[in-house]
Formats: sequence, C-alpha cells, structure tokens
Amino acid sequence: MTLQADPTTTPEALTHLPSYDEDAAPPVPRASLGKPSPDERFAQIGSWAAGVALAWLITQRLLPLEGLPWFLVACFVLGTAVTAVTAAMSGGMIEVKDRVATSVMTWAAILVVSAVVSTIVFVALRGWRPMMHLNFFTQDMSGVGPKDGFDKGGILHAIIGSGIQLGIALAITLPLGIGTAVFMTEVGGKFARIVRTVVEAMTALPSIVAGLFIYVVLIVALDFPRSGLAAALAIAVMMLPIIARAADVVLRVVPGGLREASLALGASRWRTVWYVVLPTARPGLATAVILGVARGVGETSPVLLTSGAAAFTVTNPTDGVMNSLPLFIYTNVRSGEPQAIARAFGAATVLLALVLILFVIARLLARPRGNGPTLRSRLTGALSPNRASR
Amino acid sequence: MTTTPTQAAVADVRPRKISRKSTGGDAVFENGARAVGASVLLITGGVGVFLAWQAYPTLERYGWSFFTESDWAPDKDVIGIAAVLVGTISVAFVAMTFAFPLSVAMALYISEYSPPRFRSSLVALIDLMAAVPSIVYGLWGYFLIMPHAAALALWLQQNFGWVPFFDVENTNPDAAVWDTTRYVSSAFCAGIAVSMMVMPMACAVMRQVFSQTPPGEKEAALALGATRWGMITSVVLPFGRGGIIGGTMLGLGRALGETIAVVLIVSPAFVIKPRILEIGTSTVSSLIAGRFGEASESQLSALLAAGFVLFMITLVVNTLAAIVVNRSRSGAGTDA
Repeated sequence: MTLQADPTTTPEALTHLPSYDEDAAPPVPRASLGKPSPDERFAQIGSWAAGVALAWLITQRLLPLEGLPWFLVACFVLGTAVTAVTAAMSGGMIEVKDRVATSVMTWAAILVVSAVVSTIVFVALRGWRPMMHLNFFTQDMSGVGPKDGFDKGGILHAIIGSGIQLGIALAITLPLGIGTAVFMTEVGGKFARIVRTVVEAMTALPSIVAGLFIYVVLIVALDFPRSGLAAALAIAVMMLPIIARAADVVLRVVPGGLREASLALGASRWRTVWYVVLPTARPGLATAVILGVARGVGETSPVLLTSGAAAFTVTNPTDGVMNSLPLFIYTNVRSGEPQAIARAFGAATVLLALVLILFVIARLLARPRGNGPTLRSRLTGALSPNRASR
Repeated sequence: MTTTPTQAAVADVRPRKISRKSTGGDAVFENGARAVGASVLLITGGVGVFLAWQAYPTLERYGWSFFTESDWAPDKDVIGIAAVLVGTISVAFVAMTFAFPLSVAMALYISEYSPPRFRSSLVALIDLMAAVPSIVYGLWGYFLIMPHAAALALWLQQNFGWVPFFDVENTNPDAAVWDTTRYVSSAFCAGIAVSMMVMPMACAVMRQVFSQTPPGEKEAALALGATRWGMITSVVLPFGRGGIIGGTMLGLGRALGETIAVVLIVSPAFVIKPRILEIGTSTVSSLIAGRFGEASESQLSALLAAGFVLFMITLVVNTLAAIVVNRSRSGAGTDA
C-alpha cells in the first residue's frame, strides 16, 4: 500500500489524508529470517531420507546386523553423515559442525524422551493384567498363595500402608521442614547459618543409611518392633532435609520489598511472615512438599529395613509389620514367581500413577497466579454448556 | 510564641534507646522458630554424629584394613569395604558415562534447539523423570534393558576386549553359542538403570543455568554471524560451565548412594572387579540392604561404618558441587 497525496486538496491544507491506491502492488508477507529456506529444508529432509535408506540397505542387506537397535544406530550415524556431506556442499566446516551438532542434540533428546516413555509404557503393559480385576484394589494378600490367579488377592494393604506411613512422615516433616526454612530465612543469624549448613549436608544422606539409622536406633537398640511407625520415621529422616532445603530456596526468592512494605506499615515480624511471606511463597512451598512426598512414597530402601512385609492389612502403625507399595513390589519381584512378578508390575503401575498425580498437582500449584485463567475457572469453563460466551 | 527550654530540660534529653530485641508475639515467633531450627539441627546432625560414633569401634578394631580388605566375611572376622567401594565407584562411573552426555545434550536441546511450544512440556518431562520411583527404574532395567545390555556387553568385549574394563573372564567371545549368564547382573547393567535416575537431576541443574545465559551475549554472537553451534560453544557453554560441573557432581552424589535398582540387578560378589561387564559386583548400599537382616551387633556397627564412609563420600561430592555452582558466574545476575 502506498500513500498518495490527494491532488484535489487545496494548497492551504497542511495535512494530507492518505487514500487507498487501487493500482499498488499487493502487500508482500514479511520474510522470516529464522526459518530455513525451501532449499535448506529440502536438503535436510533429503539427507535424512537418504540416511534411513542407507541404514536399511546396510543393516538388512549387506551386513549381518539384525534387529531394531542396530537399524536405529545406523540411521543416526548415516543420517548425520549425509547431513554433514550436504552441509559441506553449500558451506564450510562451520556449517558442517552446526548441522552435526543439531542432529546429535535432537537424537539425544529423542533417546531421553523414548527412555522415559518406554519406562512408563513397559511397566503399564506388564502390569495391566492384574489391574483388570477389581479385587486388586479392594483385597489384601492374606491367605493368597503366590501361584493363585489374579481374581484373588490385591494390594489394598500396601496402598493403606503407604498412605499411613507417608501421612505420619508428612505430619513430622511438614511443620519441622517449613518451620526450619522460616527460621533460616526470616530470623537468620549465626545459628541459622549453622542449621543451613547441616541441613544442606544432610541432603546428601543416602536413603539406605537413613533406614539403617532408624533400624539400629529404634529396632535393635530400643527393641521396638518392625512397624509402620519405624518406616514412617525412616522416611521422615530422609525427607526432612529435602523439604527444608527446598522450602528454604522458595522462601529466599520472596521479594524483600514485600517484607519491608509490610514492616513499614507497622506489622510485626510474625504477622509479616504469616500474612505476606508464606502466602506469597505458597505455590512454591506446595511444589516443594509434593515433590518431597513423591520422593518419599517411592523410596524403597528405608522401608525395606524398617517395616517388614506383611501380607494382611495393618492399620495400626505401632502394631507390627506393615507393607507398603515399594516394598510389595520389591518382595514380589525377588520371589521370582511369574504371577507374583505380574502383581509387582501392577503395583508399580499404581505407584507410578500415584506419583504422576502428585506431580500434576505440583505443576498446577506452581503455575504463577494472575497469569492466565485459574484452574477453577478453566474447569468451570470446560464444563459449562455455553462455552462460546466466554 | 516559643518557649525556650530550661537548662535542666536540655540536660535531660538523650537519644531514645533503640533495641532490636523483639517483644510480645515477635519474641514468641522468633524463639519458636529458633526452637524448630534447633530440633531439626538435632535430628539431622544427630544422624551424622550417631553414624560417626557407631562407626568408630569398627574403624578402631580393623584400622586401615577396613579400607583395603575386599572380603566381607564376619564369620571369619574379616571385614573390609575395598570391593564394595570399587563396585560403588564403577556403578557410578557407568551411570555417569551414560548420564553426562545425555544430560548436557538434553539441557542444550531444551534451552536452545527445541521449538518454544514444546519447551515447557520437555521441562515437565525431565522433572517427572526425577520423580519416578527408583524401584520402577529397577524393574525397567532388570526386565527390559538387561538382555539388550548383555548383547551390548558382548559386542564391547568382542571389539574392545583388550581394554581391561571390557574383559569378561572365563568366556569365549567368539563361541558359537553365547553364554549369556556371564554378561548379565553386572555393574554395567546396574549403571544403566542408575543413569536414568541421575540424568534428570543433572539435566535440571544444567538447563536452569543455560537458561540464565544473558540473551544479549547470545544475540551478539548470532549478530556477528555465528551459527547456532558457534553461539553455544562461545557463549552458552562457557557461561554454564559451573552448572555443568555442579549438576554432574550432584548426579554423581545420587548415583553413589542409589540402592534398590542396584540390589535388584546385580548379583552380589565381594571381589575387587574392574571388569564392569562381568556378572557380580557389590556397592556399599547393596551390601547394607543385603546384610542388615542377619547382622549381629558388631556387624551392624561395621555396616554403619560402611554407611558412614558412603555418606562422607556423597557429602564431599555434594559440597564440592554446591561450591562450584555458587562460585561460577552463572549464579550472579548480569546486566549485559
């Protein structure tokens, strides 16, 4: 579109109104500098097609390299090589390096993603069969032999045990962990620095050593029976530094201006923490706690030493052996019985789903507020019949 | 109308006393928080002190032979952690060989290569990977990966058997029928499973540091005509060096202490074995998991001593990682 002064305006007028020129050339869309040109795109796709074809030729026809893994490896190597050659045709060494690096990075990302997906899919594929029976979720394993069919027995006791142990561990770690974080960031001082150093050091504690600690102190020295409480304490010892440190990191990024504004308005320090600092950090704190819980629920080594695997439902945490999901998986896999292994995979699927749910909740809470619609409004929006009105 | 203050009144005026001491509710809050901090210090520090205290009799009784003896035979009064330490390090080494290149590449891919639409999903995927329980990776490694890992081990032995690491004793790599049992349950197989747990931790740290690279410097490199890889090597990698080292060491700390996947996969053996492809090894944590049940009091002390040594190693590694991450330029804000 070109601008043209209207020739009929009087010479006294100081402004010219633009008018649309019918004969002007049509507007050209802006060229994108970042995107590859058709030539480059063709060379890229062509090189990979050539690489795949070469890989097929070499692995399936020329060399005795059978199987999918070899084919994929050959695809990667040959595709990268052909890409390098086509890059060398149009540019120098710098272009070759760039293309090769791009292909290596992309393949590494594909490898990682496929590893994660393969983990989840593999566990779910091996574990779906026992999960098809409802009694898998409503019964325990008391009186069920290792060779019994899937229509008998279930993992209710393990789910309940995991819930109780985690609940106790959380009741201990949540106030202590967040309280310590508040102490380290809001009170401060020399003592707080010592606490921070020790807490950070203890995040290095291997989980098995935490379990061994509780085993030696509680079960061997104090003659306390193997129980859900001991397992919960072991999980708490392992989780406490993790949650305290994560909460400390979250509280430290609360803007100092908010604290100062609250104090300047005359609020006491306690009120500043309660009404300003903690609410500001709430999504981050929730994420820290939930990720700590996800870590705690899946950790096998502390409960392996402290709880003992029961086949029946136990609801009293001080009353002897109590099973939990990770321990159920571990003992059933070690038994070597195919039926038991299938049950273990079923339990692993449940555990994985549990962690996944916790993880999704953590992600939703961590979403910054005031940035797009909230979860509730989106849910009501998705459920309401007249969606067009929004 | 002004009144001039009398001489006596002027003499009385002094600056008001300012005290930082909190009063009322604040004092309760401060002391309460201090008490919580002290109790946490007591609990967490208590674990460390207890471990050291329990480990002392064992270390005193066996002295240096605790570190040099490879056999763990409490019945014969021979106890040493040389073999399990070598096993721990070889499993961690294998895990890092897989995890380090993958995590650097993945972090670079997320921060520099991926389409912006997928970026947050990829970040979530890595975080999810860190949250997956270790026993699930153990199952994955044992049932899905181990047969393939054994095939890879055979191939490595056939082609690189002259490297002492890749030798497998009592086997004939060129035999017509391949003896699978010698190649499974090795440090190599366990290391692959452990690398899946280590990778997301290392990758998360690296990605965070890479994403803090000043955009001005990146744009300057691109404006000077650098390719994307040129920009990465000249700006992103030097800036993120601290993150790369720190993330790797954090992952290493986790790899050293990993238990359950290793217990599931390896078959225990108390021999100093640098041949990572061969069946049988032991790590400190798998030693504890395997032996705590039948241990007497003195053996428990020995296990605690082994756990203490492991804790000390991971502590040193983690502390070094924290120092490296904090001291690198990556942590500081830049205005460029």
